[in-house]
Amino acid sequence: MAQLAKDYDSVMGRSNEIMKEALGLDYAPFESGSVAFDYEALMKATNYTIDEINRIQSRTGVGSTPLLELRNITAFARKYAKPGYGARIFVKDEAANASGSFKDRRAACAVAHAKKLGYKGVVAATSGNYGAAVASQAAMQGLECIIVQECYDSKGVGQPEIVEKARKCEALGAEVIQLTVGPELFYTTLSVIEDTGYFNASLYSPYGIAGIETLGYEIAMQCREKIGKDPDMVVCTNAGGGMVTGTARGLIKAGCKDTKVVAASIDLTGLSMASDVDFNRKSCTTGHTGFGVPYATDPDHSDVPRSAARPLRYMDEYVTTTQGEVMYMTEMLANLEGLERGPAGNTALACAFSLAQELPEDAVLVVSETEYTGAGKHIQPQLAFAKENGIDVRFGNPQEEDKPGTNLILPKDPSFIKHKVADLKHFKQSRIKKAVKKAGCEPNEADLVYLAEEVKEDVAFVKETLGL
Amino acid sequence: MAKKGDWVRIHNIVLKAEQRTGKLPEDTKNSDLQMWTKGFLQEESAEVGDEVTVETACGRIEKGTLYEENPHYTHSYGEFVPEIIEIDRTLREILRGGDK
Repeated sequence: MAQLAKDYDSVMGRSNEIMKEALGLDYAPFESGSVAFDYEALMKATNYTIDEINRIQSRTGVGSTPLLELRNITAFARKYAKPGYGARIFVKDEAANASGSFKDRRAACAVAHAKKLGYKGVVAATSGNYGAAVASQAAMQGLECIIVQECYDSKGVGQPEIVEKARKCEALGAEVIQLTVGPELFYTTLSVIEDTGYFNASLYSPYGIAGIETLGYEIAMQCREKIGKDPDMVVCTNAGGGMVTGTARGLIKAGCKDTKVVAASIDLTGLSMASDVDFNRKSCTTGHTGFGVPYATDPDHSDVPRSAARPLRYMDEYVTTTQGEVMYMTEMLANLEGLERGPAGNTALACAFSLAQELPEDAVLVVSETEYTGAGKHIQPQLAFAKENGIDVRFGNPQEEDKPGTNLILPKDPSFIKHKVADLKHFKQSRIKKAVKKAGCEPNEADLVYLAEEVKEDVAFVKETLGL
Repeated sequence: MAKKGDWVRIHNIVLKAEQRTGKLPEDTKNSDLQMWTKGFLQEESAEVGDEVTVETACGRIEKGTLYEENPHYTHSYGEFVPEIIEIDRTLREILRGGDK
């Protein structure tokens, strides 16, 4: 066989065929030819029931994590709520999964599927916990593993949290390819996939998302067993949208009809995610609006033709918090509950602390995850790193003073922990307009129904958005 | 000097600044896209800065500039951050009954 040209344009030009080979799934049959595609058919194409997924996960140390009641944090939240208010706060201790995060649920299914299809190895492009999850599952299931990370700025300075994740991937037997900042990471990933013939264990494949459904399902079952009722609210940290999508789908499969699903992100407005300089001026590497908003409003700009993570289909509310509040809550979780966990996973917890104050005392609020902590992936190295990078770390009122990239405002006391409600209607409208623009055609009746489902609204909302 | 079979870290320029794609902030566009990976040195011996070949953990052959011999991690729990102690104190005071 002739040697294929490996320059940027040549590899990117072969992107569709490389991806098709590497996903073992043809997305074409799900397309309508206009705006719509058949999302549920894509999810069904995994051919895994929730019982089968549960079996795959329980073989590899994934799932059935404890649901812990945060009694001291609940008592604290009630100090700042009006009488009779302050929901019971629970957390799903996802750090108890094999590699230390809920990402094991995604990876277990993706790797099992790769193995079933006969691939010799898996590749994942991720700077997050997903890398360790894929590496861990690949080790257990006997496949090779390559993780491609965006890790350093152009001076070679690594974000401590991402460096730690690289270490963990290597400890679990994976090869780690580390890059400086930039979206061309996709080119390197494609090139490696093409050379190795490995499976693309994308975060956004239907296998990965189906793997998260067990999380929502377990939350429902554990609430019923422990408390005798369904959760009133589940708060999910939102970045690429997988957590919100999978958890909500699991809750629906468990028959939770009135559970409100709230997405939570750290507000990083003003920082560019593709900027070399901004890269090390942030103190959290995920769970922030820099991923949360673009992936919600345009889910299909990932490394698969159609993302299975479509959070606007499921979220009832979108709230934001700040880096300082998340750091503070991480310390509160350690000090008051005896649970030392990684900071980024506590984004939802920071929002939950003030969301709980708006709910009556008998309400049940579940935070959907924790993550492991370690060197680099901890508030002390992150705050120290922020200071080294000239970030002004101080106590104050995050609501008024927070300026990502310039300062990091720790709340003066817990009364200053307050979520902000994001403009979900605006994101929904943006999603509708982007979908129509991308398709480049006038939406037909079926498209209008699809767009309504995409944003959990009715057709009238879609028509109004499009001025029809 | 690294010898054949030693575990080393190599460095590559994937794209020179002028080869980078359109929609990027200026700071990123003006920087090369760099890559690092690790593997077993294939040459008999090499010095940092030499062009070398390695076999990676999953058996891939990759070429690059020898960047580091016996690569190790130096990330840590960071330097002392007094604000953390302050958070702990505030929380304990509230826990012991003070309102703030």
